[in-house]
Amino acid sequence: MIQLIVNGQPRLVPSPDSGTDSRTTNEARLNIRQLLEHMGLQGKRIAVERNGEIVPRSQFDQPMLASGDKLEIVVAVGGG
Amino acid sequence: MDKLVIAGKAYSSRLLVGTGKYKDFDETRTAVDASGAEIITVAIRRTNLGQNPEEPSLLDVLPPSQYTLLPNTAGCYTVEDAVRTLRLARELLDGHTLVKLEVLGDPKTLYPNIVETLKAAEILIKEGFQVMVYTSDDPIAARQLEEIGCIAIMPLASLIGSGMGILNPWNLQIIIENAKVPVIVDAGVGTASDAAIAMELGCDGVLMNTAIAAAQNPVLMASAMKKAVEAGREAYLAGRMPKKLYSASPSSPVEGVIGNMSGK
Repeated sequence: MIQLIVNGQPRLVPSPDSGTDSRTTNEARLNIRQLLEHMGLQGKRIAVERNGEIVPRSQFDQPMLASGDKLEIVVAVGGG
Repeated sequence: MDKLVIAGKAYSSRLLVGTGKYKDFDETRTAVDASGAEIITVAIRRTNLGQNPEEPSLLDVLPPSQYTLLPNTAGCYTVEDAVRTLRLARELLDGHTLVKLEVLGDPKTLYPNIVETLKAAEILIKEGFQVMVYTSDDPIAARQLEEIGCIAIMPLASLIGSGMGILNPWNLQIIIENAKVPVIVDAGVGTASDAAIAMELGCDGVLMNTAIAAAQNPVLMASAMKKAVEAGREAYLAGRMPKKLYSASPSSPVEGVIGNMSGK
């Protein structure tokens, strides 16, 4: 499992390779697309910030997420 | 044609509207359409982690292909939060750089913090954003925001959500007179006459949300605001008659009134 802070809340997300033998290597890393699918946000118009930096959509498939990462996932809502 | 030009794009409507505080998306869309607004503001917020994935999102109802979206920094009290919010907005809207910056100074009044607003605007402009900036009705603040490169100055008429109307037309007039970029009254408009007065003063546009959304009938008020902004603009262009305490020149002929024995 990977422990993330998503929108200010701690969240445990299964690591993609859990089940296979990745214990000897570095912790298996998750990509943003997998996280969004886990959260039911796939296909939604959202933007993601990781540890204070924007993650462009082109990088959503890169396995970048590690335990302790702070993520902000935002949408457009009604406002004045 | 008399168009409002923002960041090189010409708009027929001088009314800009917010999309908050409506009962549901259906009412939002109907009111926006009744207002005739082409530029609409949206807020950027964390996804609601518990939300139903099947629910439509605001951008499904008000697609960027049909409206110019103006993401805002409502609720931001620091330079950092405002800048981060708009970077996220740019990513969310596929590189869209036109934004509404507001850095608030106080949660009770929502009065803008001009020092922080200037700092945030400077950073955003350096990063290529086209910044429409919410500000007080201070002509010097307005001038400084224009000098650093804001593309529209948006002074308040009165406090956000107050509906108090235009409290300092004289300051607005000074801002309008000095500005070389569009001046758009943002916040404080309560009813149609307020919007008309803003336009008669020579503002280039009016931005409002609560005046429409909090009306008893938002869609009807949206229509009223559309007409008020148009009427105010035409009156401004027409040039009003001078005010006099009284006039010795009635509108009807002085001669030929019946019963006048002198024959005149």
